[in-house]
Amino acid sequence: MTDLTKLTLAEARAGLQRKEFSAVELTRAHLDAIEKANGALNAFILVTADHALAQAKASDERLAKGGARLLEGLPLGHKDLFCTKGIRTTACSKILDDFKPTYESTVGQNLWDAGAVMLGKLNNDEFAMGSSNETSAFGSVVSPWRRLGTDGKPKADKLVPGGSSGGSSAAVAAGLCLGATATDTGGSIRQPAALTGTVGIKPTYGRCSRWGIVAFASSLDQAGPIARTVEDAAMMLRSMASSDPKDTTSVDMPVPDYVKQMKEGVKGLRVGVPKEYRVDGMSKEIEALWDKGIAWLKAAGASIHEISLPHTKYALPAYYIVAPAEASSNLARYDGVRYGLRVKGDDLIDTYENTRAAGFGKEVKRRILIGTYVLSAGYYDAYYLKAQKVRTLIKRDFDQAWDKVDVVLTPTTPSPAFAEGEKTGDPLAMYLEDIFTVTVNMAGLPGISVPAGLSGEGTPLGLQLIGKPFDEGTLFRSAKAIEDAAGHFSPAQRWWLG
Amino acid sequence: MHVDETTVRRIARLARIKITDEEAKGLEKELSGILDWVEQLKQVDTDAVEPMTRVVAQDLKKRQDVVTDGAKVDDIVANAPLSEDHFFVVPKVVE
Repeated sequence: MTDLTKLTLAEARAGLQRKEFSAVELTRAHLDAIEKANGALNAFILVTADHALAQAKASDERLAKGGARLLEGLPLGHKDLFCTKGIRTTACSKILDDFKPTYESTVGQNLWDAGAVMLGKLNNDEFAMGSSNETSAFGSVVSPWRRLGTDGKPKADKLVPGGSSGGSSAAVAAGLCLGATATDTGGSIRQPAALTGTVGIKPTYGRCSRWGIVAFASSLDQAGPIARTVEDAAMMLRSMASSDPKDTTSVDMPVPDYVKQMKEGVKGLRVGVPKEYRVDGMSKEIEALWDKGIAWLKAAGASIHEISLPHTKYALPAYYIVAPAEASSNLARYDGVRYGLRVKGDDLIDTYENTRAAGFGKEVKRRILIGTYVLSAGYYDAYYLKAQKVRTLIKRDFDQAWDKVDVVLTPTTPSPAFAEGEKTGDPLAMYLEDIFTVTVNMAGLPGISVPAGLSGEGTPLGLQLIGKPFDEGTLFRSAKAIEDAAGHFSPAQRWWLG
Repeated sequence: MHVDETTVRRIARLARIKITDEEAKGLEKELSGILDWVEQLKQVDTDAVEPMTRVVAQDLKKRQDVVTDGAKVDDIVANAPLSEDHFFVVPKVVE
């Protein structure tokens, strides 16, 4: 029998429909893989085996009767930022303690309504703040990828899977689930996808409902999938996206069939290459990868145009005002009164201060304090308002580019995966991980990362495509062209299965 | 932009996070570093620019002003660290 954990989402769906295996068998295979691998990878922080098997059994009944839904019986991992009814949700922070939501997020509900099976909750950086999954209260996630030594053998150093959706990227790359949910505020879907050889898309702001997702920076947060192929990501996004009256920023637009759109090819497509992304210190191999991407799209029938996005360099500093400001406001709700951890103090204020001191990790505190500072009396105009004006200019750069091009091609990250602990000492070095992804959040646009090659160290590298608002279809088309040319990438050995 | 230790303590108080002396010293350096780095935004002329308020132009959704939800008191206190008769219990606030 074929190894069910090596199938793509689309292959597994076809296999279920042809009755080659059952949804229960498919789910069990993944639960077994999680049991073997999770000690080494730490991707799942909660495995919901009984829940998953019950969902799979219900899916088998539907498959037998006919009437299978879009993701019937397909086992997925679910980032712990999504609230799950009756199932512990922590955002990987101590402050949420043993919080069990009494409701389900809209994105989660959409997936279960499409027949998907939830294997468990996935690790992430605490409150999605981080680019390496090293800030989680449940400990770091280890990438299934390892650097190759000069002798061609994998080295022992542990690499990061990217962040904040590092549990999602590691689990998908390691074959612990067929796909995973993720969220992206400054690059948290695309950067981990790039570092693990997986596909990740952050849709346009407003495409997926934010209802029931633990809030980080509300004007930037978006949910999206991480999957092993472009088609799998398209299948998942179709079910995750919706119009939701519970989120006033959710848009009233029908969700198209992204898989159908993906197959339309790139003939005649105008691809923009922004000169400002050729930053100082960009590695030669990233530059070469970018040139390969350009050549592949050209060979598939697209035309290439140099464009200018002059405010690119200001996106990251503006982000580090907007995101902490919104986070300091959003995270004010964790007061030890209504849910989560409480650490007693002498009076109410002392209780708040003790609770928040014990409950929040270092990076979360740092961002709350930055946010509190920039929003404090006398500073609002100089920081938050200024950053929101710069955001208008970043968006205007793209609006002008759309007169000339249909999609923009850039690298996803400035460098390949780094080792655990390599960047934890310097917050600014870590923030630079998001240099190519953060502009997309600031402008509210959709962006996808697609694997495009391997670094000199034998680890994956990704290319990013940025699209017009609600033009995810064009992202899937162009990402497919790159995937067809570049092929798929997975670690040479499944060492994590022990 | 240098943030001194007094400012760090004032901000931490506003954010309701207790910090140790050692943390205050470390944060002084880190926050100053981050604020120095965002200073580069001053290079951008934004005099005639409106701040971004919405990503996509869209009318704010409206709905009838009627009750659509409720009677969930049990749900609301279900996760409280301490509650009594559907009330959240906190340390005494008024003397």
